[in-house]
Amino acid sequence: MKFAVIVFPGSNCDIDCFKAVEETIGQSVDYVWHTATDLSGYDAILVPGGFSYGDYLRCGAIARFAPVMSEVVKAAEAGKFVLGICNGFQILTEAGLLPGALLRNRDLKFLCHQSPLEVVNAATPFTNQYTQGEVISIPIAHGEGNYYCDDETLERLKANNQIVFRYANDENPNGSLHDIAGICNERGNVVGMMPHPERAVDQLLGSEDGKRMFTSILNAWREQHGAAVNS
Amino acid sequence: MKATVYVTIKQNVLDPQGTAVQGALHSMGFAEVDKVRIGKYLELTLDTDDRAEAEQRVRAMCEKLLANTVVEDYSFELEG
Repeated sequence: MKFAVIVFPGSNCDIDCFKAVEETIGQSVDYVWHTATDLSGYDAILVPGGFSYGDYLRCGAIARFAPVMSEVVKAAEAGKFVLGICNGFQILTEAGLLPGALLRNRDLKFLCHQSPLEVVNAATPFTNQYTQGEVISIPIAHGEGNYYCDDETLERLKANNQIVFRYANDENPNGSLHDIAGICNERGNVVGMMPHPERAVDQLLGSEDGKRMFTSILNAWREQHGAAVNS
Repeated sequence: MKATVYVTIKQNVLDPQGTAVQGALHSMGFAEVDKVRIGKYLELTLDTDDRAEAEQRVRAMCEKLLANTVVEDYSFELEG
């Protein structure tokens, strides 16, 4: 299985994502610069966290028009796995691949700490190794993670089971609507989340609960391609 | 031609910055402040004399990039 980690000017979680893929599932992974115009060789695209283009204007607003983004849209349409983490989530909403928007945190502070998350949908290609309702510990690190969408969109997200993660234990750090920490598209092959699973792949980092996101992706890919495939 | 663009957070969307500034104004004694909304002000100089075209182009810029219409409203004025 082949992973691409998209690198924008200002990305800063690209190395973490790359290492997480290498160390959790040992699959092939490449850094792909934002000017790339072909992602057809990849099975999964990771859009990492950071401050793409300095987050000027709005988080993700400028990155969304980078040449590589039309390829990310194509990959999403082709059913490939696309995971946007933190700034990556903001970019995917700006690009219209996921509904809603991320606003400034309720208390205006940049938040950087472990956060308990409830796995609301354990049936996505990104969460199949978790149990429904399980509470996991994944760090957050953002100033603009306050998820917002209109009422109609929220109802649709609930009805289609598109809410993947919620902040658990009544700890909503950023004012996010309905405690939403991560969502998927209707088809389930595109997920965006504010918490950083790539920073939770070893006990030395405080938690290894993020590992199973990567094993889930590999598992989903193997199921799609027949269980006999090993790489 | 000059375009002045205003981008504001929609009325039904919480503006945490505006709320913080309102709180600061209250604590300074400006009790009459009911609500504060913070937005963006952008000045664009355009290389065109065609007002109708400029209007159409600036609207497209707002829709595509300058505002996120999920959470923001925009308005603009053209001069010159």
